Parts: sequence; C-alpha cells; structure tokens
Amino acid sequence: MYRETNRYFRFDWITIIIFLLLVGFGWLNILSASHVGETIDYFDFSQPYGKQLMFIALTVLLIILILSIESKFYERFSSIIYIVSMLSLVGLFIAGKNVNGATSWYAIGGMTIQPSEFAKAATALAVAKFLSDLQTDIKNFKDQIKAFIIIAIPAILILLQNDAGSTVVYASFFFVFYREGLPKIYLTLSLLLIFISVSSLKFGATITGIVFTILILAYHFTRRKKPRILQTLFAIATCLVLSFGIKFFYQNILQPHQQDRISLWLRLEKDPDKIAQMRRDILYNLYESEKAISSGGLTGKGFLEGTRTTGKFVPEQHTDYIFSTVGEEWGFAGTTFVVVLFVLLLLRILHLSELQKSQFSRVYGYSVASILFFHFMINIGMVMGLIPTIGIPLPFFSYGGSGLWGFTILLFIFIKLDSNRINEW
Amino acid sequence: MRQLLLFITIILVGVSFIARLFYLQVYNAEEHSLYDDNAIRKVYDYPKRGFVYDRNGKLLVANQPSYDVMVIPREVKPLDTLEFCSLLKIDIEQFKKIYKKAYHYSPRLPSVFVPQLSKEDYAALQEKMRKYEGFYIQKRSLRDYQTTIGANVLGYIAEATQYQIDNDPYYNMGDLIGKQGVELSYEEELRGVKGIKFIQKDRFNRDIGPYKDGIYDTVPQQGKDITISIDADLQEYGERLMQKKHGGIVAIEPSSGEILALVSAPTYDPNLLVGRQRSRNFTKLYNDTINRPLIDRGLLRMHEPGSPFKVFVSLVALQEHAITPQTTLYCSGVYHYGRRGTMGCHCGGGKRDLVLGIAKSCNSYFANAFRKNIDLYPDAGKAMDIWSDHMKSFGFGNFLGYDLAIGKKGNIPDGAYYDKWYPDFNWGATTIISNSIGQGEVLVTPIQLANATAAIANKGYYYTPHIIKHIEGKPIDKKYTTKNQTTIDPKHFDPVIQGLFDVYNNGTAWFLKVPGIDVCGKTGTAENFTIIDGKRTQLTDHSIFIAFAPKDDPKIALAVFVENGYYGARWAGRIASLMIEKYLKGEVTLKQMEQMVLDKSLEEEYAKPYSGKPFTINN
Repeated sequence: MYRETNRYFRFDWITIIIFLLLVGFGWLNILSASHVGETIDYFDFSQPYGKQLMFIALTVLLIILILSIESKFYERFSSIIYIVSMLSLVGLFIAGKNVNGATSWYAIGGMTIQPSEFAKAATALAVAKFLSDLQTDIKNFKDQIKAFIIIAIPAILILLQNDAGSTVVYASFFFVFYREGLPKIYLTLSLLLIFISVSSLKFGATITGIVFTILILAYHFTRRKKPRILQTLFAIATCLVLSFGIKFFYQNILQPHQQDRISLWLRLEKDPDKIAQMRRDILYNLYESEKAISSGGLTGKGFLEGTRTTGKFVPEQHTDYIFSTVGEEWGFAGTTFVVVLFVLLLLRILHLSELQKSQFSRVYGYSVASILFFHFMINIGMVMGLIPTIGIPLPFFSYGGSGLWGFTILLFIFIKLDSNRINEW
Repeated sequence: MRQLLLFITIILVGVSFIARLFYLQVYNAEEHSLYDDNAIRKVYDYPKRGFVYDRNGKLLVANQPSYDVMVIPREVKPLDTLEFCSLLKIDIEQFKKIYKKAYHYSPRLPSVFVPQLSKEDYAALQEKMRKYEGFYIQKRSLRDYQTTIGANVLGYIAEATQYQIDNDPYYNMGDLIGKQGVELSYEEELRGVKGIKFIQKDRFNRDIGPYKDGIYDTVPQQGKDITISIDADLQEYGERLMQKKHGGIVAIEPSSGEILALVSAPTYDPNLLVGRQRSRNFTKLYNDTINRPLIDRGLLRMHEPGSPFKVFVSLVALQEHAITPQTTLYCSGVYHYGRRGTMGCHCGGGKRDLVLGIAKSCNSYFANAFRKNIDLYPDAGKAMDIWSDHMKSFGFGNFLGYDLAIGKKGNIPDGAYYDKWYPDFNWGATTIISNSIGQGEVLVTPIQLANATAAIANKGYYYTPHIIKHIEGKPIDKKYTTKNQTTIDPKHFDPVIQGLFDVYNNGTAWFLKVPGIDVCGKTGTAENFTIIDGKRTQLTDHSIFIAFAPKDDPKIALAVFVENGYYGARWAGRIASLMIEKYLKGEVTLKQMEQMVLDKSLEEEYAKPYSGKPFTINN
C-alpha cells in the first residue's frame, strides 16, 4: 500500500496543513497585535512576534521528535508521563512564579514554562490508557470514579493555582467518556445542571425549583409505567438542591469579578447605567474586542492597518484576544476562515479517531478533539461576548510558547498514533 | 449514536459563531471613519484668517494669536485646583461649573475650558501645563482690529454654537466662526480650510505617532484676504457726525452699487468683542435696550420714508402718464380730498409744477399726482398693484440681496394689502392718500432709500448694493455686477433730477449747498409715534435726507436717517452735505456746519419717552 511504502505519507497531511495554516495566520496576527512603530524587525526577540517566531521554529523540532518516537512509547509510558506532569503541577506550589495572579509558571532562565499547557496532553494519554484497559468498563460506577479522579487531579491542581480558565477545559473529557459508554443519565444530568443553573440565576432559585418540581411530577404521573415514587422524590430533591445551591455558589463562593462576568452574560443587571459602567470598567477587554471585531466589517481594514489593534486598545490582544485582531484587520472573511479551519480540523480529528483500530488511539484522538474544541468554543465565544469571560488561549493562534508546544504535542502524538493504525493487529 | 454528540456540537458552535460574526461585522457594522475612530486623535492646524482691507487698501482687520485652554474630562487627573484657578484667573466655583459643563458635553471629546488667554497669561500657564493632565492649550487666531470704526460692517467672530457644529461637519467645539458683518458673509473665504493631523493613540490615550506616517494628514489652506467697498475715512467721518444721535447713513457708489459707508449709530468699538472680555461686553451691548448698539440701523431700521418718497411717487405718475412735468397745481396750503379730507402743506403756497413741487416739497402737488395715478384705473386695487410693482422695481418692499446677512423687507402696499385692511369698504385713492407723501403704509430701510437714490442718479437702474469689492483669487458674485432696471423710462428722470437739484437752489435745503459741487437731494420729515403707558404719543419727527452728487456724474448716493432729529434739512441734510463734501473733496470746508453737527446731542430727545414726565416735541 502507498502509505506503507513512504513513511512520510502515512501522516495525515490534511491535519498538518490545517495546523500550519493556523500557526502561520496566527503569527501574522500576533505581529499585528504586538508590533510597535512602523519598522518591523522579525527577529527582534524582545517583541512577542519575534519570540513567537522562535517558538514556532522550536515547534518544528518538537514535531520531528514526536513523530520519530515509536507509537507504542506513548501508550506504554502514558502513566509515567501523567505522573511526571502532575508532579510538575505540584512543584508549582514550591517554585512557581506568579503572573497576573496565577501561579502557573516556572521561570527557567529568561523563559517561562506553563506546565498546565502540557498537562492536557498527559491527562489525555492517561485517560486513553485507562479506558483502553480491558478491565475498565466506564458503565461501571467504580471505573467512573477512577476516570473522574484522573481528570480531577490536574483540574484541582490548576484551580488551586488560581487559573480557573484552564480548569474548565477538563470538563471536555465528558465527551470522551460519553463516547466510550458513559450512561445517558450523566448527559441528562449535565443538561439539567446547565438548565437549572441558568434558570436559577436568571429567574431565581424558588421559581426554578417550583417549575422543575412540577415538570418532574408531570413526568411521573403521565408515564404509563409509573416510575417508583422514591426516584421521583429523589429527582425533585436534586433539582431543589441544585437550584438553591447554584444561587448560593454564585453569591457566596464566586469572586466579585466572576459574578460580574456572569451577571453581564445573563443580563441579570437591569439598570442600563450600571450595565454601561460594567461594560466599560469590568469588561473593558470584551468591550474593546467587540468594538475591534465589528469595526472590521466585511473585509477588514487590512493587514497591519487596524487602528484599534495598532493603538493597543484591546489588552492581552496577542494572547487571549488574538481573534479580535483577525476581526479588525481581516474582517468577516478572515474570521469565517479561522472558524471554518477549526471546525474542519476538529471534524477531521473526530473522523480519524473513529477509524482507529486500537481503543487507546481512538480515546486519545477523541480527547484531542474535545480539548481543542473547548478552547476554540470558549476563546472565540468569549472574544465575541457569547459566553462569560474565561481566559484561555486560542490553540495554535495565541501568543505563548507553552501553549503552542502543549497543543502541538497534543495534536502530533495523535498524528503519530494515526500513522500507525495500518500496522496494528 | 454516541459518536454524533461531539460532532453535532462542533457544527452547531461553528455555525453560531459565523452567525454571530455576521451580525457583528456585516449586519451591524458601522462605516469606519477616521473622524469617528477614538483610536485616532485629530489635531487641527488652524490657518490664518483672511485680512480685511478697505477700498483704498487700508488694513482694517488683522489677526493676533490667542490661546484656549482645552479639557478632555475623562483624562483629567486630580490636580491642585487652587493653583490652576489662580493661573487661569477664575475661582473654584467657576472651575467646577465649567468642568461639569464640559463633562456633560462629552467626557472624551475636547471642550474649551477657558477661551482666549492673553499672551501674558499664556506664558505663565504654559510652563506648568504639564502638571495638569487632561488639559492642553489650543492655539487659535483671534481678530486684531486696526480701527475702531465699522463694527456693524466688519462684524465679529466667536465660538461656533452647538447648532452650527451639528449642522456643519467642518466646525468642532471651540472653533471660531463669523457671527456678523463681513465675517459672517465671507466666512468661507476668510476662514480658509483647517489642516488636520491624524495621530494614532494607544488605549492609555497616549500618542504613539502619526497615523500611517501621515498620509491622510492635510495642510491648512490660508484664508483669503478680502477688500470691502467701505471707504474707511468716510465711514469714520460718518460715525463721528452721528455721535450722540441715533440713526444710520448709507452711502452707495451709483455706478457700481458698492457701499461706501454703512454707518449705524450708536455703534461700538469692534475691539470690545475680542478676547476674554468678549462675552461680558457682548452682554452689556446686548442689554442696552435704549441705545441698542448691536442693531445695524442702516440695514434694519424700518421707517416711513417721508418726503423723499414723493420723488418716486412722481416718477411712477410720470411713467403712468398721470402727470407730465408741466402739470401744475395751485397750492393753498391745504389739500382737500373726499368729502371732508384735508392735508396740510408747508410749502408756502403758490403755483406748482413738478420741479418746483419737488424743490418746495409740496404735499398738495404729490397728493394730486398720486390721486390722478390711482384714478387712471377704474379699480383702485389694480392701480395699486401696478403702482406697487413700479415701486418694487427700485428695490423697495423686499430684501435687496446685498451681501450682509441681516435686513428688513420694508413695505410697499398693493391692492390685496388694502383689500385685507378694508374688507367691507370700497377704498380708493383718497383713502390711502398719505402714501403720496411717504407717510402711509409705506416702510423703507435706509439702505433701500440709498439704493433707490442711486437708481435716480443712474436714471433708471441700479446695481445690487454690496460690501465686497475684491476677494483674493476669486471674482465676486455676478449678481453684484448685473444691472437691475427699474420700470421707469430714463427720460422721466430729467425733470425729477432738476427738481432735486433745485432743492438746494430755492428749495428746502437752500442753506446746505456744498461749494463747488452740484448736489441733488430731498429732505424728509417723518412723523412718528410711540406708546407710553398705553397711550399713542407723538415723538419729535425723524430727520431724513436723500442725496446724490455730482449732479451730472454721480459718484455717491446716500440716505441719512436721524431718529427724532426734527425736520429733514436740520440734521440729516447737514450730515448729507458734509458726507458728500468729505467723499468728493477728501476734506471738509463747511467747518461751521461740521461743528454744529458734531456738537449736537439728541440724547435728551431720546430720554424723553423714558422720563415718565410730559414733554414737548419738535423744538
């Protein structure tokens, strides 16, 4: 077969091309968002665009390394990789460097490394390893607990470092578990949780409790085969606890700036002056990024021509808000291009995952798609004001060495696994 | 089926993102304009405002630099207000008030904080300006008047109003705009076009350099210098003659329609409306309701024309063949009309033809001419329409179209006017007979009267009066170089001009002769009334005079109007003679007459209606 005769063509080049397009286009936008003045020195390593160029160069080495390692290595050493990665997270409590309130970095020489970016790939490997074990059955409650612990460890460690955004990403493993046979009740519960949360905050805990109680009772009495009364009562109790619990969580546990983000997102605040003030002050980033995006119009102002980008109106524009540069300078054409690229990449990974013969590769591929999807959805959704502000990078696009390398490792391990599927027995 | 969950979610998210982007960037997109982009600072470079010269090349209006303290409220940081206020010479209360107003206008757009600092204040402030964030100094150019005359003609400039800013995108908050006189009429020529520099800002509002290396920046275009038709010496002389009197003088060059002098009294020093004292002075002038110095009486004072109107009545009667120059009438000192109507006459009585009628200003003669004129037609309404059209061809009864922004229409009644006035009454010539002597429903302004006088001097045509003589690099409006024909044939003017000449020989102005110059003129004395405590009270007559000279080659035509100056020859006539001599000879030999006019104050006369005591008139 062709793929066998030439080892390079065993790699899925569609995925690699999309990856290259995203990294390349991403760099152009980082250049726009971070350059100062009229002259550009591409190798000025004191500037983000120069550094990113260096990161990209190092990424090439990283890719060669990943692809040249034997596939089996990833499966065999997944547990060790996971443990090392978790230890690197724990180590942050001792030797971590605080940046912007989050203790997520190691400072090594002039560079900073963010281990949480690598923990995603490690966790994906661990999850794949665990689920592909012949003795594991995700329908089994004990195994569900074990799987949950695998993702909970990094999630909690990262949350303790005050990086709530990255924690949220671990919820993406739900898709993986569900694909591998997690009972439907969890999907129902998740959807219920989302509905109750939104409803409880928006319309109040009492109303939500009453409405859901009536719905469950209606379900109970209209079923031909009556469910047991205990089940129904349990369901009602769950709903009530959830609706009041969420309210309590929102009011007493979330920090004020998190409350404001949610309040604005759900339009809980009614006073227009207060909203305007919140938009200006608390959500200044979002306000400016939306303005930058909408000022781009259909075709944008042109590369390096964005006035709001040049004026650095959007803080963190070259990192989490890089998409607003695309919006301003490349317009609707550019933003649609990026969205379509991401959707194609995700669907391609999903498609390849389903083709895998080994469960390990399939679960890993699924994890890659889920993690990338969460980043894509949260980042772009946030920059456009569709979801509350959660600061996580746009994969392959945002400025940052750790992020770029973390996502590259995540993706290319899968490309390596995929290239081997023909040889598997 | 389980495989589909993530697949569908990805597609849904992708589609909703594109929908949202479409909404943000295409459906709801705003046209991107550099002017509205708050990432770009616009810095204006104001050009030199054009200079104003008089007809002889004398510089009247130049420029001086001025410095406005501007504020962008959003950028203001806590400051030492006490020191700042003392530098600006304002108190804390004012500071708060101005700041609040500026904030209310816009927290992020610049407003004028304190306008028009003097050079000295600027020097003191400039060194410390750096300490006050959010404040900066905008250099502008203010007017520097080289003269104290002609305030009504020159006008003034002041900050554009909110209305003007909203309606003309050229103007920004704090820009100066012509408000009156030639400053207003020739605003576009004088102001030039300001230059603009686009400066890229960052989110801390710091300048980070010219936007796109300045390719969109423009350089200012200098304002154009203009020459106005005013003769500064004549204007100055006219203002001196009118001192302590109320009224106006309008002098026109008949051969061009150029306004040689446009005197309004009382007037004010144009320098009062420059600099920081401008608004205080303006309020003071505005509130002076007795003298009303801001009213340009030459353009705005509507009055009954009195006897000078007889000249036009006779011209229309001649054109309509109601009379000929040979038509005679015996004046007995009183003119009888209708069943019991009488009109007194002061001409002394005797046999009058047209020339003598004009010279002696015989009421009876013109009442008769007017009556004959109206009685030519069976329908008095139709007759009045024709009469009215003739009058309007002299520029009466409507705006003249001169290049100053203010004016009054005056009034020339026609048939419909009286039909409305007398709905149930069959009115006729005798009903409206007082129009014949300029005392009826006819209303004119001094400039209309001067213009019509120029039309007589030209024997049947006039050029629309105008104040502009020359604009740097641009011809003046064509309408000022196009003849306006009156409806009167040139031949009818000869006897009338003879009559006007005889006014100085054996007529009402015999004692006003100007040595060596043949002057044609006509006196006018107009009764006028006011309301005191709800009672119609007669005041001293207005003194009116029209004249042109020299008779055979008219160089100047003028109308003089002196409020409550009593009979026409008394003040208006004297002033006319002096003005004519001054203009034609460059110096005045009628020293005695000049002294008499200069010494005369009518202020006592103007105080009478306000005194609250009974008073006598015409003395």
